[in-house]
Amino acid sequence: MAMDLKEIERLIKEAIPDAIVEIQDLAGDGNHYSATVTSTQFSGKNKIEQHKMVYNSLQGKMGNELHALAIKTKE
Amino acid sequence: MDQQTKDLINKEIMNNDVCLFMKGTPDAPQCGFSMAVSNMLKILEVNYKGVNVLESQALREGIKEFSDWPTIPQVYIKGEFVGGCDIFKEMYENGELKKILETKEVSFKK
Repeated sequence: MAMDLKEIERLIKEAIPDAIVEIQDLAGDGNHYSATVTSTQFSGKNKIEQHKMVYNSLQGKMGNELHALAIKTKE
Repeated sequence: MDQQTKDLINKEIMNNDVCLFMKGTPDAPQCGFSMAVSNMLKILEVNYKGVNVLESQALREGIKEFSDWPTIPQVYIKGEFVGGCDIFKEMYENGELKKILETKEVSFKK
């Protein structure tokens, strides 16, 4: 199963409205992505909490439809 | 998650200062992300226990629920979840990992 890059971006922005999202399809297979997410909502949170916010925005797709998404968060 | 799985996870993270839940083993990782974390620990000469989640479906799903974290690998240091591959790599690169190991009194190559 694969997931569209635009769909990932849409879900993240829906949950974190001020997020600036940059996504790369690492292998060109629609299955291995990296995302850099910048948002003021990350401030005051540790990395684990920040990454959880991104995972939560993907509504359970991480680890299922979405096999690999490397995440980098920035405040 | 059944009690047996929960007990197993608790036992592993309590009995091992550094515990890596991974796909495959430290000698034969079955996933690039698990291999990456395993290699970083090896470079730092940290004594760690690799727990192969592929050996048990209950464990593979259980650890995600236990940590409230959807992906594997997962690293625990002195019983505390410190992150998955991305966070671990970031901490390895920016020196934060060494600080954590020092604070938690885990020996590594300085």
